Amino acid sequence: MPDLTAAASAETAPSDAILEARGLFKTLGGNRVLDSVDLSIGRGRVKVLIGPSGAGKSTLLQCLNFLMPPDSGHILLEGREVDKRSKKELCAFRQQVGMIFQDFNLFDHLSALENVRVALIKVKGLSKLEATERAVAELARVGLKDKATLYPANLSGGQKQRVAIARALAMDPKVMLLDEPTSALDPELIGEVLAVIRDLAQGGMTMIMATHQISFSASLADEFLFMDKGRVVEHGSPAELLGRGSSSRTQAFCAKISELTGEAGDGAAGECRL
Amino acid sequence: MDFSVAFNAARDALPYMLGGVVWTAGLIIGAMLLGLALGVPLSVLQVYGPKPVRRAVSLYVWLFRGIPILVQLYIFYFGILSWLSTLPGLTSLGLDSPFVAAVLVLGLTSSAYQSQIFRGAIQSLPPGQLKAARALGMTDAQAIRTIILPQALRLSIPAWSNEYSILLKDSALAFTIGVVEIMARMRAIASTTHEPVSMAFLAGIIFFVLTWVGVKALALLENKVRIAGYTRQGAA
Repeated sequence: MPDLTAAASAETAPSDAILEARGLFKTLGGNRVLDSVDLSIGRGRVKVLIGPSGAGKSTLLQCLNFLMPPDSGHILLEGREVDKRSKKELCAFRQQVGMIFQDFNLFDHLSALENVRVALIKVKGLSKLEATERAVAELARVGLKDKATLYPANLSGGQKQRVAIARALAMDPKVMLLDEPTSALDPELIGEVLAVIRDLAQGGMTMIMATHQISFSASLADEFLFMDKGRVVEHGSPAELLGRGSSSRTQAFCAKISELTGEAGDGAAGECRL
Repeated sequence: MDFSVAFNAARDALPYMLGGVVWTAGLIIGAMLLGLALGVPLSVLQVYGPKPVRRAVSLYVWLFRGIPILVQLYIFYFGILSWLSTLPGLTSLGLDSPFVAAVLVLGLTSSAYQSQIFRGAIQSLPPGQLKAARALGMTDAQAIRTIILPQALRLSIPAWSNEYSILLKDSALAFTIGVVEIMARMRAIASTTHEPVSMAFLAGIIFFVLTWVGVKALALLENKVRIAGYTRQGAA
């Protein structure tokens, strides 16, 4: 049986970890939204954060690249602690930790190509020509080469999210953080984004993803981390947490989602089991 | 009232009155540019600056919005600039010119109003834009310059054209300190021709045409920089 109660993930030894978080605390509006969260992920691994709304999944992801600075705790990239007080170091760190947002956050005044290109020019210092070549390649990778000149307002939700993924990939991140990348999409647009995420995982991209796409993420993830009230209350492989005979909270939560969305086929709770 | 006399007086006065357009245009262009140059950084500081800076900007805005332009013209022209122009090294800068005083007062007042236009536009952008720029490794300065301001300035153009028409009308106050713009010329010629009403009509028509031309030019600019399919949030 896996250790279903430990908050810390012991699966990745510190020396193998590409990104580590130790003892993260965060309080917002008097509420403790992260409560001593530890997490570490090895190269090429995929971890999936699941849990109810308000559990702290998005906050954790945003704390991991200091978009929301944690009140206390340490974050290490390849074993080296990030000094959040140094703006230069913070910017360099963020280039290596790509972030995908629930609502895409594309720059509305820039075309798809310019969205992908802008940070390559401004942050990486590439020439316009080099940046354009790279941006076109990244858009091709997510199947949007022919949409390069379109502005975000003229793209579908799925296309916007794929541009956002291309934009993050162009920075050559070592880790990708995905914050519910499909939750703002119409059901018929989810598949195209999930396909891109699957390709990334199969290509060896290290990813931490918050999602409610249980079946999809179970087929992809090395580990599920179930969060509730700011803590990682269970962790283990999808097979361990969702397998037959499991009485984990993760299993119960996933069964509820399946019931509501019918994600696992006929909507029966038992379909969530692997 | 003899309309033919009034019309002839207005027609004869037209070249002299149009000479004032150069001064009015100079006042407006100078003030709008000074307002823009100060208004943009003020708006950025008011949104993203630390608390003491935000308070200082707020005080600046209250000060220039709260004191009538006429009072400011007197304070700057007869007070501050008159005193500064007597200081060693500053005497040759022409700071005691009424035109300089008027551009300064109109520009500073406009910067207070323009800063609020830009502040509103910045705050109307989705907060995720800055977050996404930071997530790509941009510094806040890069993000504001590359991502925030290009969008905020586009959104500001309709309100900016309103500011232009207000400023144009405020510029008429510059006659009180001796700038020979349209209003000053109207008063001068009215007193010599004894046709104040026809001269007022003529000045009104010139101000109206200047307003129309400026607002139309800004509407053209708005169309030129418009982004395909993109409208301000909440707009149709």
